[in-house]
Amino acid sequence: MVAATASDYPVGGSTLTLREVSHRFDLEGQPLPVLDRISLQVGRGEFVALLGPSGCGKSTLLRLVAGLDTPTAGSLLTEGREIKGPDPSRVVVFQDPTLYPWRTVWSNVALGLEARGLLRTHRGRIEDALRLVGLTGFANAYPHQLSGGMAQRAALARALVNDPKLLILDEPLGQLDSLTRITMQGELVSLWQRAGFTALLVTHDVEEALFLAGRVIVLSQRPACIKAEITNARPYPRHRGDPHLADLRHQVLAQLGLDANW
Amino acid sequence: MSSVVDEVSRPQKPGFGFFAGSTTRSLVGGLSAAAAWSMVAALTAFWPDKPESDWAYTGHFAAACGALALALALGAFAGVRFTVFQRLQRLSPWLFALALFLAAWEAATAKLGLLPLPFFPPPQAIVEVVIEDWGRLVAGIFASARLLATGYFLGAAAGFVIGVAIGWSRLAGYWIHPILRFIGPLPATAWLPLAFFVFPSSFSASIFLIALATGFPVTVLTWSGVAGVNSAYYDIARTLGATQRFLVLKVAIPAAMPHVFVGLFMGLGNSFAVLVVAEMLGVKAGLGWYLQWAQGWAAYANMYAALLLMAFLCSGLITLLFRLRDRLLSWQKGLVRW
Repeated sequence: MVAATASDYPVGGSTLTLREVSHRFDLEGQPLPVLDRISLQVGRGEFVALLGPSGCGKSTLLRLVAGLDTPTAGSLLTEGREIKGPDPSRVVVFQDPTLYPWRTVWSNVALGLEARGLLRTHRGRIEDALRLVGLTGFANAYPHQLSGGMAQRAALARALVNDPKLLILDEPLGQLDSLTRITMQGELVSLWQRAGFTALLVTHDVEEALFLAGRVIVLSQRPACIKAEITNARPYPRHRGDPHLADLRHQVLAQLGLDANW
Repeated sequence: MSSVVDEVSRPQKPGFGFFAGSTTRSLVGGLSAAAAWSMVAALTAFWPDKPESDWAYTGHFAAACGALALALALGAFAGVRFTVFQRLQRLSPWLFALALFLAAWEAATAKLGLLPLPFFPPPQAIVEVVIEDWGRLVAGIFASARLLATGYFLGAAAGFVIGVAIGWSRLAGYWIHPILRFIGPLPATAWLPLAFFVFPSSFSASIFLIALATGFPVTVLTWSGVAGVNSAYYDIARTLGATQRFLVLKVAIPAAMPHVFVGLFMGLGNSFAVLVVAEMLGVKAGLGWYLQWAQGWAAYANMYAALLLMAFLCSGLITLLFRLRDRLLSWQKGLVRW
């Protein structure tokens, strides 16, 4: 494995710019603000983690980046162009794998190619994606036959097959058991290093954010605003026992007001 | 500790010493069924009918039962050698019970005359109907099947399309939903008098009624299926570049299929009811009409024969629908076996 540093991003990803993005929901006529003037600049091929208490609006922010919702105020741009709707260059991996139960693993992974009419010409990519996530032998299995970790790998393959420029990860490992989770974190890093996409990860797990990301953005309670930004320049592959990561962890927990537990 | 409890509480299979082997059990089961059917044959052939009754085909019926007994005995012996025949063992208790039922029926009608005639003819009278009137019965089956298939197919197709439309489009929902709510619960048979003078023929009127009876449950269930699709399925497809058309055809419809099949099942049941009523009241053909006609002539044996055929037809169609569902929805867990 090639050791890359955080400043040495692989090319192929897209940039992401958030300008004063605010968003609120209407709950029975009462406005509920969830995001408060969030500004962020993500470079090509960067791995950025958004860390915040649960229910702070992280997932809402990802939906805006994916183009599934439009912000109440402010603007989101990728490669200098405004995000107006969903686009296959920005793929989301949700917390729940949400594979289609009526499709086999193979046709679940084929979904994006099929939706864009590329299935005939790019068929071989499905095998590649399945190999990348280690599901080669399960192409014909149905989702209900998979374990939680395998289902999440299939969901990852379904995203990667589209060769995304920006991979949006919404707590993708949140429902896995801790052992599978550790394995998948390592795999995520090597996938990112090989494929070269920009990655935006939402998580409430401090270790996960520090293990994966080059930059950790700490968000406040709802309505979320950016509380701190912590650059993590440790080279990849990282080691969980790294004392430097422990220092960073202390800093992050302090930002979240949890340093009393340290 | 728990393993000890398991050992103790696990139900023991009934053991009969040397009878315990599956081969032996299959042989015993098959031979008991064969014995029961020979008993029916003997009872029919050798116990004289009640005086002053005159049933043709008594001998034929006895011979048929005897032949079945012989076949069962041969099957039981073949099971010792070929495991294929051992599968018949599952049927043996039923075949045994059926023989007892026929014996009781034969005794209570032809032999002892306990049940009043002409309402309760003996089994050989039904054999007589099948042999002498088979032409009309087969024609009836074809007429019923044609009417049912046309009406059901049209109703199911219309119901499916309307259901998807209401579930998907707000505009379609606005206009169709009130009509569905107002007219849907009305039993299709209530339209019967109207349909028979509005439509050019009683055949087309019946197709309309059957389609109506089928369409309502299919529409409602398809609609609820489409409306209940997990919205995350749409989010996934949209971020992967899906068009509206893709979302309807490849996400909404497959996700709604389990509901659609419940609708198709309910619609099929409704369509049987309307078919029989339509045939009795308007269409001068089909098994429903045959039932009515037989009753008019007090030919109750003919009526029973037609009922029996109708039961086979309806049950066969339901089975077919379930087979189709099992095939199409094999991805689902915990399907009910029909």
